[in-house]
This record gives sequence, structure tokens and C-alpha cells, in this order.
Amino acid sequence: MTPARTSITPPQDDPVKSPAPRALNRSLLRRVVRNTLVRIGVGALLAVMALGLCAPWLGTVDPNTGDFMNINVVPGTSGEFTLFSGESVPHIYWMGSDSIGRDIYSRLLYGTRVSLAIGAQVAIVAVLAGTLIGILSGYFRQLDGPLMRLMDAVMAIPGILMAVALVSFWRGGMATVVFSIAITEIPRVARLVRSVVLSVRDEAYVEAARTLDTPTHKILWFHILPNAIAPLIVQATFICAAAILVEATLSFLGIGLPADVPTWGSVMAGGRVQFTERPDVVLFPGLFLAVTVLAINLLGDGLRDTLDPKFNKRAGP
Amino acid sequence: MLMLTLRRLLGTATVFLLVAVLVFLMLRLAPGDPAVLLVGDHGTPEDVAQVRAYLKLDEPLPTQFLVWLGNVLQGDLGRSFYHHQPVSQVLLDRVGPTFALAMVTLLLTVCVAIPLGVLAAWRHGTWLDRSVLGLSVLGFSLPSFVLGYLLIWLVGLKAGLLPTQGYERLGTGSPWTTLRYLILPAVTLTIVYTALIARVTRATVSEALTEDYVRTARSKGLTELRVLFRHALANSAVPIVTVVAIGIGMLISGVVVTETVYAIPGLGLLTVDAVQARDYPVIQGVTLFFSAVYVLVNLLVDISYVLFDPRIRY
Repeated sequence: MTPARTSITPPQDDPVKSPAPRALNRSLLRRVVRNTLVRIGVGALLAVMALGLCAPWLGTVDPNTGDFMNINVVPGTSGEFTLFSGESVPHIYWMGSDSIGRDIYSRLLYGTRVSLAIGAQVAIVAVLAGTLIGILSGYFRQLDGPLMRLMDAVMAIPGILMAVALVSFWRGGMATVVFSIAITEIPRVARLVRSVVLSVRDEAYVEAARTLDTPTHKILWFHILPNAIAPLIVQATFICAAAILVEATLSFLGIGLPADVPTWGSVMAGGRVQFTERPDVVLFPGLFLAVTVLAINLLGDGLRDTLDPKFNKRAGP
Repeated sequence: MLMLTLRRLLGTATVFLLVAVLVFLMLRLAPGDPAVLLVGDHGTPEDVAQVRAYLKLDEPLPTQFLVWLGNVLQGDLGRSFYHHQPVSQVLLDRVGPTFALAMVTLLLTVCVAIPLGVLAAWRHGTWLDRSVLGLSVLGFSLPSFVLGYLLIWLVGLKAGLLPTQGYERLGTGSPWTTLRYLILPAVTLTIVYTALIARVTRATVSEALTEDYVRTARSKGLTELRVLFRHALANSAVPIVTVVAIGIGMLISGVVVTETVYAIPGLGLLTVDAVQARDYPVIQGVTLFFSAVYVLVNLLVDISYVLFDPRIRY
């Protein structure tokens, strides 16, 4: 069964129906690198990363300093920006400034760092926790029922609501946001890993290892887990994309990260009230968000086409 | 057969109980005194003491949970200090617009996504197929609020065709006015939801088109339309209905955001306002309510499989 669609990633097919996914090897990696979708995705993603990393050298100013002499400047205006120290520097407002005079271009470029960091952290946390739960419930039968019912319950709570509730009840900064988003993604990973474990746990080579008295943790680590790596990589990219969207949504609703962290969502939240006069304040961050998420989703699609044997059978997209 | 249905019901009840535990723990384990959190920023010490006594907050957690669950099962979700009303009353007042928006979206999505998916499967591997897939990836990647503002900008502000903010309750004016307010938000949600359903429809129908019965149907001279809808699509009904039901979770998340963008006074806007006002009982109530809806819809869909696939019996 496809997992709950609480956030926006493409549905995954149940790997139980497909043969055990192959381990990563060189010829497969070559196919991955040659895939058009992977190339487009990686290219766009690298460009976005470069924008974030090189932000200080791309004509930006401090994203949190407001210049009260230059509020609500329209995009493309060139003028001066008064720094926190009181000193004025020449500055071009490529995307204008917001209602307290912060430069939107700078906020968006620095916001790139935040979005990508959140996406990566959520993907790592969700994959680690989900893998642990998936292995436990796939390999130890008596844990399967309780753990899977718990996962069903987590999936039943709509993702955004869960994140909204957790962040507003628990407060805090980055860690709370990452945890709140990750928790909604864990069940999908757990189900995926569980189904991989179930499909290989009775294979002859696992049986052989067991007969040779291999310790359970070694069986899990060396014989079972490698089968899950390819689908996990695919899943991690989709989680990363979904997490970036959810974080932006939280910030847009005004419940995300602390106010001194520049994020795409918070720029949009600021633009909401003046949308009729300045639609660009909402649309520019929207563009950043859409391009980034699209790049990651394309990468994920490309990886799935090449890594998932089920999608190799028929000419995929 | 009855046993299977009963087992399904039992499973649903278990999941719902676990959902209740999670929603309960979310607030109770949060840093700070739950009684203080529940009465809000303007609560007096007497209010705090009253809530503490009422919810038995001095007892151990399991007892607290049973007290709380007992209240919930009797429809008592606590009291909103912001609205000065019981949470259940606040929810009831706000559920109408959300329900209307969800229904219009669902209808629109089924009308758009399923034909689109069938079309893509029929022309598998062609440019038509590719563009449907491409659009669906785009639909996944555009956050609903960005899409919402884009539509407001293009259709509402530039063209001035439809109202972009607010809502008119059914019964106060003509149903047509209500519908006009719902069109843009519903289209916004439909685009995201269609991405999901068209994709799954395409996958299952193209799988079905390789089956023997499709070849038989074609060779006995049925029209292509009949083969596609009567044979291929009918046999793909179960996975499609499943994904529609699972998508309810996504739809609910989307509704929260979309209502905020279009200022529709439904449960989504209520939640966002509750977050600003730190009205914790309302946030808890909405979360529990939507989760219950999700669990219930999925139960109904499970049972409805009998209608779509005569091989399935309960």
C-alpha cells in the first residue's frame, strides 16, 4: 500500500512485489550518471547550492538588517543600503526590499542555506529512524504488529497539522522543526525497509548466515540492509523535497524557525499583506522554492528509474 | 466474512486509539505546565487550578489519558479560551466551508486526474505521456500557497474574473456565489492532488493494458473507449480508490494552507489563527478531528473494495 500522502512527494510502489533491489555497483552507477533526469536535477540543485554557499559574494547585504530609509523598494532599484554600523554602501535591490527595509534578494540567497539544511537534516533523521523501525519490525516478528500499528497512527495524522501542532506546542528552533517534519516521514521509510527485510529474510544466503551462527546484528548489517540502500536513496531525495516544502509552509504560516533566520517561507509571509501591490514579494521566493523542489524531485525520479528494478521493466518517463 | 469486517473495525479502533495517545502526548509532554498552556496567556491562577482539577493533571499520565479520552469520546475536546466556547462547538461552526472545499476539489480532481491518467497510459511512452508525467512532477513541486498566489495574481488581480478572498456560507446567498468563492481554492488544490492521482492511474492502467483480457476485448472488436474505461480502468479501480483515500491526508494538509491564502473561514484558517493566539485546545482538537476523518475515510474505502472488485469478499 502506498503510504500516507501527508506531504508532497510522488507515491512509491511497494517493493515487496518486486524482486530484491540490486546492490549498488559500477555499471549501475554509470547508468545513474547517464540518466537525463538525474543530470537535470543534479545540475539545477548544484546551481541552487552555489547560490546559497556563495551568497556573501553575490552582491548581498546582511539579510536581517533593515534599512529604514529604503522600505518597500521595488525590484531593480539601485541605491544605498545603510549597514547596522551606520555606514552606507551602494546596493542594487534586485528584488526590492520588504516593509522594514530588508533586502529581499539577500534574504532569499541566505534562505537557500536554511532550506537545503532542513531538507538534508530531515532526510537523514527520517531515514535513520525509519530504517531502525523497519528492521526491527521486519526481522523480529513479535515487534511487527505493534510497531506497524504505531506507524499507521503517525500516518493518520495529516503531516502539516502534526508539524504545526508539534512546533507550536514545543517551541524551540531548528531542532524542533527538523524533528517535527521528520516524524511525519518516518512511517514511509519504516514500511519500505520492512518490506525489503521481509522479502529477503528467508532467502538462502540469509538462512546460510544464520546456520553459521552469524550474530543477528551482522546478518542485519551485512546481508539484509544492503538490499535497502537503493530504495532508501530514492526515498531520501523525495523526503528532502517534501521537507523543504513543509518548512516553507510552516514559515509561511508564521510558526517555523525563529524570526532572525531568513527563510523563503518567512519572506512570503511578509509579502502576504501587501500582495495586491507587490505580488513579487511572494512570487520570487515561490520561484526559488519551486525550482529547488523540482530539481530534487527530478533527481529522485531519475534515481528511481535507474535504481528500482520495477521501473526498469517498462520504458519509464 | 463478518469476521473480516470485524477485524478491520478492530484494527481501525486500535489505530484511532494510538492516534489519540499521540495527540495527547504531543501537548502533555511539551515543555511547560499543561494546565497553564491550556488556559492561555490571560488565564488566572483560579482557571489554572480549575483545569488542573478537571483534567486530573496531578494524577499519573495513564490516568490523565483515560480522563481525557473519556471526555473526547463524549465530544468534550476542551474549551477554547480565545473563542470563549467549547472546542467542539468551534469546530462545528467552521467545518462547513472546509467540507465544501474538500468536496469540490475531490470532484474536480476525479474528473481531471482519471481521464488524464488513462490518456497517458493509452499513449504510453509518447510525448502526451511524458507531458502528463512532467506536469505531475511540477504539481508535486509547487507548494499549494505559491500556486494559490499565482492564481490570485493571474485570475483574480490581472483578469479580475473571480473573487480571491473570503467566502459566503451556503444558505446566506445563492449557491452560485458560494461556488464562485470556491473555484480558485479548489483549482489550486486540484492541481496538487491531480499530480498524485493521475500518476497512479497511469501506472495501474498501463499495467492493465498489457493483460490478456484487454487483448481479448480488442480482438472481439470493442471500441477503444470501451476497452480503456470498461476493461482497463475498471480493473484498476482498487489501487486508484486507495490512492484517492490516502490522498485525503494530503488534501487536508493542503486545505489548511489554501484556506489561509484565500481567507476562507474553515478549519484550516481556524488552525492558523489558533497557532497565532496560542489557542492550544483548538490545535489539539483540529488535529484529532482531521486524523479521525482520515482513519474513517480509509476504513470506508477498505470496505468499499467489494463494490469495485467482486473477487474481494468480507
